[in-house]
Formats: sequence, structure tokens, C-alpha cells
Amino acid sequence: MFHIYCPHCCEHREEEEFHVKGQAHIARPVDPEALSDEEWGNYLYFRKNPRGLHHELWVHNAGCRKFFNVTRDTVTYEIKEVYKVGEQPSVVSPADKV
Amino acid sequence: MQHYSGFGLIKHSLSHHENWQRAWRNPTPKKQYDVIVIGGGGHGLATAYYLAKEFGVTNVAVVEKGYLGGGNTGRNTTIVRSNYLWDEAAHLYEHAMGLWEGLSQDLNYNVMFSQRGVLNLGHTLQDMRDIHRRVNANRLNGIDSEALDAKQVQEIVPHMDCSANTRYPVLGASWQPRAGVARHDAVAWGYARGADAHGVDIFQQTEVTDLIIEDGTCVGVRTNRYGDIRAERVGSVTAGNSSVIAAMGGFELPLESHPLQALVSEPVKPILDTVVMSNHVHGYISQSDKGDLVIGAGIDGYNGYGQRGSFPTIEHTLQAILELFPIFSRVRMNRQWGGIVDTCPDACPIISETPIKNLYFNCGWGTGGFKATPGSGHVFAASLAKGDMHPLAKPFSMFRFHTGALVDEHGAAGVAH
Repeated sequence: MFHIYCPHCCEHREEEEFHVKGQAHIARPVDPEALSDEEWGNYLYFRKNPRGLHHELWVHNAGCRKFFNVTRDTVTYEIKEVYKVGEQPSVVSPADKV
Repeated sequence: MQHYSGFGLIKHSLSHHENWQRAWRNPTPKKQYDVIVIGGGGHGLATAYYLAKEFGVTNVAVVEKGYLGGGNTGRNTTIVRSNYLWDEAAHLYEHAMGLWEGLSQDLNYNVMFSQRGVLNLGHTLQDMRDIHRRVNANRLNGIDSEALDAKQVQEIVPHMDCSANTRYPVLGASWQPRAGVARHDAVAWGYARGADAHGVDIFQQTEVTDLIIEDGTCVGVRTNRYGDIRAERVGSVTAGNSSVIAAMGGFELPLESHPLQALVSEPVKPILDTVVMSNHVHGYISQSDKGDLVIGAGIDGYNGYGQRGSFPTIEHTLQAILELFPIFSRVRMNRQWGGIVDTCPDACPIISETPIKNLYFNCGWGTGGFKATPGSGHVFAASLAKGDMHPLAKPFSMFRFHTGALVDEHGAAGVAH
């Protein structure tokens, strides 16, 4: 069970108030018309799914209803960092380029 | 291999059951195998078994980082059914169902497959429309399936609250009489024993730390215990850890690994002789032969490899179960655990070639892999033996996420997803 800090409300709240929306920092295609089927497929479906540090998008849907990013260890479940959308994480794994 | 029989049981009782042969060997690896299977769960062991038995490839190694069946095989709620909507999925799961029906005899190992029927409840008019559609699709594919109304459901499960007074009244259900449950540990052990008897080498507590890739071709695996083991072909059957193996090959999969929790109650007298599932109130329940109520629900929404989930998920599950079975309100829960399931965007598996030559993946079974164990192993073995995907596996290529030919089974996949 997570106790998550919402960077918009500036408060810790229980996991029940939040919803996770998957991998963060997925850039929308700049020129969608130019994408190949493979690039579309990769954009829509293929994910990092790391065992270790993961940057993911959460929404405070029973609170302020705003989105933000969380860096979390997917094995220990420890939340390393919470940061707003548009910001870059400061905690990154060596193999990971965001 | 010692043949198990009633006579053998009597014979061994004379020596106080102290002289039973080991069910499988504990070998040391050869330098070179025809096929290496990564992952010694049900699907991996079934793959090895059918490779050796049906397809004559006996020079096979199974590499397991923990112990056999210690992952999702030993963590699921053991439900077996084949009532999937689309032809591709229905054929695959029905292929598995056919193998389940003869599995104990085939393995000479009692997997306790009990065809006690599965009910998928409908609580809304749209649920019922979907159920009718799926039942019709099942019947066209030769799968036993019936649509029942609330009265018929009540007759099958007299203890369930099918009255109109509940918040989400049971309006009906789909019913697959040939569906049921099996003993999950026995499935892993039976396949391991059978594979071993046909010459397959099984290595436990041996973790694959890397794939050996030369010129875009996979030629073996690197292990923490035996160094490099080489093979003509490598098949990864690692469920929740599939993305980790894929990363060793330098590619991504369309998978997310999530915790899926289950729990069992204290053992009680026989009260529920079928399996009840409800997508709408989000829970499923059956009773094991030992008497405990086996309960499961949906995944935890976040990615996780920790084999545990959050308490609210369990709370929601039990709310759903008590909505259906108020009679269970005083039953105490005994144990609770999580397994890591690899969910696919279309709720269908990946049985596929990969960007790396001679490397194959069987994964993405998500929350419903146990039911497919024999069929999954069989078609994957056929594919590994020939280096060409089995016709039943072809629609489940990982490249369907590039072509767009998804097989959307979110309805039939059930509670989770």
C-alpha cells in the first residue's frame, strides 16, 4: 500500500486516491503521418517494463485530478521521487535514458 | 521412470514409503543442447515435455532460477476454461482443454483435473448481451457453452445470493460444464517428471543472467551457476520476467508486469462445487479439495515485480465475494500472496519469433495462463522443434502489435485486466 505525495496538493495521501497510468515520458509523435506501422506499434504498445527503477505517470483522481510523475522501484516498491509533468527525474538508473 | 499405480502404492507401503524413486534427476549441464527453455514453470516444463515426447527433441535443458512451479504456476487460482470469444483464442484454449482431459493419464501423474464447471456471471443487460454473443461464438467453435438465467444459476449455486435485492443482481451467466480446476503444483511436478523421463535436463536455482547473441542469432544462455550453456534454439517462458529477458536481447515487448493477488480461507466443509466468476463485481471463487475457499481478483494497477500487492485490491475482492456470498462473511482468510503477471494490451498471449534469430518467446498470458498450460507448451514445443510457428500460435506473434491484428479478449479474459 502506497502513501503518495501529490506535488500539486503538497500532501501525502493514500494509494486509494490515485490511479497509475503507466510509463511516463512517452513522447507523442511529432509527425504522425510520417510514422511507419512499426513506429506506431512501438509508440502505442511497447513498454520498458523494467525490473528496478521505473518512471511512471500517476493521477490524483480522487483529489486534485492532476497528473504527475513518480519514480519507483518495481521490486521494493519504494517511491524514490515525485515530480511534475514536464520536469525530468533526478533519480535515474545507469542503463536508463529518459 | 517408476510407473505410479495403486499396486505401487501398496508395494511401497510395505517399506513405509521410504524407497520412492526421485521424481526427476539433478543433472549437470552438457555444453550444447538442441533447445534451452528458460523458465521451469508449468508452461516451460510442458514445452520441454512435449518437445521430448511428441516432437522427438530430447536434448533439451530447462533453466529455472528458483524452484519448479514456484512462480505463477504455484500462485494462481487453478481455473481451467476455454470459453474465449475470438476464433484464434478459442482454438488455442480449446486445444489446451483437450489436452487437460487426458493429462493425468498421459503424465501418469494425478493432476486432479476436476471438470466442475465455470460460471461467468452477468449483472447488467450489457453483460447479458456480451454473454449471449460469447456463448454463440463458443458453440460455433465447438466449445460447450450455455447461457443461463438467474434461476438456473441459483440451482447450480444455491448458496449464492441471486435475489433481485442486491446492489448488482445476478441476471444470468455463461456456463461451461467442461471447465473446472486442477492441482497446480501437480501440473508442474507431473510435467517435470515426464520431461525428465524422456531425457530432458532440468536445472533449478540456475538463473539466466544474459543471452549469448552472435551476429543477431541467439546461440545460448549465460547462467549464474553453470556459466555458458549453448543451444540451437532458445525459448523464453518466464511470465512476469519476460521483459527482463527481452532486455537482454536488446528489444522491448508490449508487456507490463503487474502483481496479481489471491487468497485462501481456512478449510471449511464442502459448500461450493463449481467455479463462480464475475467480471462486473470483480472477483472469482472456488473451493479446493482441501476445503479452503480460493479467491482472486484483478491486478494491482502499477507495474511490480515484488510478488505482493496492495491491501485495497484484496479489500475490493472480498467486497465483491461477499456481495455474491453473504454466507461467507464470517469465514476467516488464511493466506494471501501475489504473483507477477505479464499483461498484454489485447489480453492475449505472445507465442512468437523475436527480432533475434533462434530466440522465441512464450509470454503475455497475463492473468489467465494456467488454463492454457498444456496447449501453450504443446504449440510452443512444436514451434521450437521445427523453427516454424505452429498454426495455432501464428496469430499470437509479437509483431501483431505492428500490423494491428490484435485479438481483443478483454471480455473473455475475465475479471483481471
